[in-house]
Amino acid sequence: MTGKMNDIVSSGLAGSLALAAAFLMPLFFNDWELLQLMIYVILSMLALSLAFIWGFGGILSFGHAVFFGLGAYAYAIAAANFGETTLPLLLSIAVPSVFAVLFGYFMLYGRISDVYLGAITLSLTLVFEKFMNSTAGPQYVIGEARLGGANGIPSIPRLNVPGFPDWVLSTSDLFGLCVILLAGVYIGLKFLISSDFGRIIIAVRENEMRAELLGYDARKYKLITFVIGAAIAGLAGCLFANWGGFISPKVFALSQSIQIIIWVVFGGVGTLVGPILGCMLIQWFTTYLTTVNIINKDVVLGALLTAVVLLLPSGLIPTIQRLINKIRLPRNTTARIAVEKAESRP
Amino acid sequence: MTPLVKTENLGIHFGGLKALNNVNFTLAPGELRCLIGPNGAGKTTFFRLLTGVHRPSVGTVQIAGASVVGSQTHEIAELGVGIKTQIPSLFENLSVRENIWLSARKRNTRRAADEITEEVLVRTELESVASTNVIKLAHGQWQTVELAVVMAGRPKLVLLDEPAAGMTGYEREKTARLIEEMNKDHAIIVVEHDMEFIKMIAKTITVFNRGEVLMEDTADSVLNNERVKEVYLGKQAGGVTL
Repeated sequence: MTGKMNDIVSSGLAGSLALAAAFLMPLFFNDWELLQLMIYVILSMLALSLAFIWGFGGILSFGHAVFFGLGAYAYAIAAANFGETTLPLLLSIAVPSVFAVLFGYFMLYGRISDVYLGAITLSLTLVFEKFMNSTAGPQYVIGEARLGGANGIPSIPRLNVPGFPDWVLSTSDLFGLCVILLAGVYIGLKFLISSDFGRIIIAVRENEMRAELLGYDARKYKLITFVIGAAIAGLAGCLFANWGGFISPKVFALSQSIQIIIWVVFGGVGTLVGPILGCMLIQWFTTYLTTVNIINKDVVLGALLTAVVLLLPSGLIPTIQRLINKIRLPRNTTARIAVEKAESRP
Repeated sequence: MTPLVKTENLGIHFGGLKALNNVNFTLAPGELRCLIGPNGAGKTTFFRLLTGVHRPSVGTVQIAGASVVGSQTHEIAELGVGIKTQIPSLFENLSVRENIWLSARKRNTRRAADEITEEVLVRTELESVASTNVIKLAHGQWQTVELAVVMAGRPKLVLLDEPAAGMTGYEREKTARLIEEMNKDHAIIVVEHDMEFIKMIAKTITVFNRGEVLMEDTADSVLNNERVKEVYLGKQAGGVTL
């Protein structure tokens, strides 16, 4: 099957790129520069998690940052208590996942329509922001960890090599880990999407009624998709806490959740590379705007988003793909047939 | 032999309106049954009770011995019921092949599903459009694709709601042939308006009128019955020889 070959080729490419970046880039960049680059990698993973649940599962969550924040807080609190960071790392994935199971169960098994799902997830992130902001008092303490209200949790211990509490990752180690994990998540999602499970969740996204008429329990498939997305967002949150050594309720802010949606829209809903690219470009651009400080970045971002929605409604990557096909096709009809076949493939 | 479908004293009331009343219906395994009746006679409501869209106000519905009252749609499908809805319901942005495969995959391994898909594509003469996305096909072809999707699920019972709607002459004949062929291994219930089409396929007909079963007999005697002509075919009787 050509589709499988494509997956293997693109996964191989992503894997080797990541390995090269993980081992070579620390040779050319200093720690400060690596930290600047690392945040792009971490946020890209967050973009991927929404790209999966929205683009392939058809679930648009306006509060996706909740899972990112939960992952970060779970790691920060557990790391302050345990010292050794292997369990905190696992908890940063488990806590958002369990929360997504419970929360997703009520939404999806209650068959809430897409609009309400958007509204509820949006409220959820606001609830978390309000709550975490109100935890400044000394009574808000979990074991050793003070929640710290709006000031957040500072000096979060960095990841150590599993089983060796004293062998803490250096900045270049952490950079390598982030890059490899991002590639791992990308490759994992790629294969998941082309698996039978992936084909079924795409079917559910396309027509839930038909999927049910075929005997698939759409609710179950959507819930699993939602939880996978939450788990990935949680992992990204853990890396984020490691990156800055600091976490505050700002991660639960509405703007954070909206930003993820913008990355995905910009890059192309229904692709995986698109949102990664969208995230990196927009983050880079935002940082640049803040540095030059000529014009408010939110105004520019808003204008940019409007332009993308109006001019490239399918997003960056799908538009580029179409352009390439258009240029290539008229010359060669065999290629056209091959491309049409490939396009009609799920 | 236990009946495949059995309803007892089935009724559904919307407010004061008895949309369906006291329907006792049985279908034997392997049977082909057509449901006819004027608009508002209760055919589609009956169909929706079988597929779990509506919940009956009174009475029971059993499919393959299991009560389906209050079941989710996917649970009814899992009993081995293949459903074609009135307005074709398909995965529009997926290829014809993928649509069929998704149906075959539900009860089969991946490899078996691949084989069933290719076999169904040939049987339904859809090979030439196998890689085309459904959204690009004509309406009549949608109907055929949906039949193919139902077929690929290898159901015990097939429920078809107006399978010939919007079809051209050739497509209608093809559909009639497909239904006859499907009937070799599956029991089928067809709800249909198109009398020409009914005549092509019908063996036994159940006539609905005003929410009740008016009569149930062989195609010949139903189509020649004076009362049926009166309630249902009155308008057409002049034009169509029955």
